[in-house]
Amino acid sequence: MFVRFLEIIGASVLELLYFIGDVMLLFIGALKQMPVKIRVRHVIHQMSHLGVDTLPIVSLTMMFTGMVMTLQVANEFIKMGAESTVGGIIAIAIGRELGPVLVGVVAAGRVGSAMTAEISTMKVTEQIDALRVMGTNPLGYLVVPRMLACMIMVPLLTVYGDVIGVVGGWGVAKYYAGISSYVYVNSIPEYAVLNDLTGGLVKAVVFGVVIAVLGCYYGMKAPEGAEGVGKATTKSVVSAIVVIFMLNVLLSMVLY
Amino acid sequence: MIKIENVSMSFGDKKVLDNINLEIKDGETLAIIGGSGSGKSTLLRLMIGLDHPTGGKIWLRDKDIAHMPEKELDELRLHMGMVFQYSALFDSMTVGDNVAFGLREHTDYSEEKIAEIVKEKLEVVGLPGTEDMMPGELSGGMKKRVSLARAIAFGPDIIFYDEPSSGLDPIMTDKIDELIISTQKRLGVTSVVVTHDMDSAIHIADRIAMIYEGKLIAVDTVDNFRRIEDPRVRAFLRGLYIGKEA
Ligand SMILES: Nc1ncnc2c1ncn2[C@@H]1O[C@H](COP(=O)(O)OP(=O)(O)OP(=O)(O)O)[C@@H](O)[C@H]1O
Ligand SMILES: [Mg+2]
Repeated sequence: MFVRFLEIIGASVLELLYFIGDVMLLFIGALKQMPVKIRVRHVIHQMSHLGVDTLPIVSLTMMFTGMVMTLQVANEFIKMGAESTVGGIIAIAIGRELGPVLVGVVAAGRVGSAMTAEISTMKVTEQIDALRVMGTNPLGYLVVPRMLACMIMVPLLTVYGDVIGVVGGWGVAKYYAGISSYVYVNSIPEYAVLNDLTGGLVKAVVFGVVIAVLGCYYGMKAPEGAEGVGKATTKSVVSAIVVIFMLNVLLSMVLY
Repeated sequence: MIKIENVSMSFGDKKVLDNINLEIKDGETLAIIGGSGSGKSTLLRLMIGLDHPTGGKIWLRDKDIAHMPEKELDELRLHMGMVFQYSALFDSMTVGDNVAFGLREHTDYSEEKIAEIVKEKLEVVGLPGTEDMMPGELSGGMKKRVSLARAIAFGPDIIFYDEPSSGLDPIMTDKIDELIISTQKRLGVTSVVVTHDMDSAIHIADRIAMIYEGKLIAVDTVDNFRRIEDPRVRAFLRGLYIGKEA
């Protein structure tokens, strides 16, 4: 019984190591393709896709998050007579953690899944083999533009999301908690520093890489058949989200 | 010239190809026939380096491609074309962009020159003026022909066809067969055609090779092939496999 238990643990650990190794190989392969050729048109195409697909959800997610954060924080802080710190607290929380993580999660769900679906369909219909037969490296052609697009767009969306979140917080602070705009806005530069924003953006770049690499990885590994495409898509989103939360802890330790 | 030397291929424990020896001469058309699952597509994929054999060597002129790194293979592949079993057109691109793909990737030809080549290749396969259509709008036979146009756009020396006429009606099958023959004549290319269809094989090929459960059991000129006594070949010649899949 106990031995069986150890066997199961051992097997899962091995599987996890294989997975990490495989993903790393894909990532390194894509990095190696970067100096060979960068298809700027494809990068821009992917970027606009990413922006259009995620902007509405990022706006809503970040606005409501900023609002609910302020709702909770404002009441408590007013009781303690610390209402002049609310804007700063909200800005720090959003800039460091909520902005990059939530934008990362939204992008994983919206864009990472679409990448997996698209690439796995290409794999099943032999389009990836067709690329190779025509002397085009699939990592360079498919992964590199998606990775670059995510590395650029996820931080940009994060800056945008940060602003929306802080504005949502302002709305609640002013109209619900009765904190004046002047106090709210002024407290932001007083408590938040540039590093709160840039640290969050470093995270966003990393999350962008995670989303693209995992989205492409599950697409390229997808088993045959339409059912395989669906399964691969789910797996890609779930693992991207888990990895984002995990790396977020690590990055917070390193950055702050 | 392609020379396949003692090639074996396994997926996990499953042996799919068993010690294959086969030579394909420059400019000839070789048909590879065999039942479903006998390993025909696998052999074709090995010849173009999409997979690597578990044993043996594959000589393309004086180079062994069996263990060649992808980067070197990419250069050789510029001289090869492949028509896939299900066409494998890029479905996010127009027909014209599909045919132009290799030219855009590997040359710095002007857009006018590329458009001219695309136009010519689409005319050759009997689909003039379809540049702006999407693959989704095409019938199976049209897709196969676009796939052929894409394969010949770069001027290959060798063309591989995987079941070029499976799933097509008899008239379209004849049309594709004629295209394979005329492409061979016009460009002087070496053609390797995997097919279920004995009639097609006899019609288009100089020689026929038969794979049976992963083994090469016969290879000969068309006339000699028809006189082979091996019961497995006889069964195939009588057409037992024809239409089984389609
Ligand atoms: N990537 C793979 N992994 C595992 N098994 C495979 C793989 N590719 C092919 N096989 C197996 O190898 C055998 C031969 O496959 P192959 O596709 O070469 O057959 P085929 O002769 O082309 O058949 P068909 O006429 O149906 O296209 C089959 O049993 C198939 O299941
Ligand atoms: Mg096949």
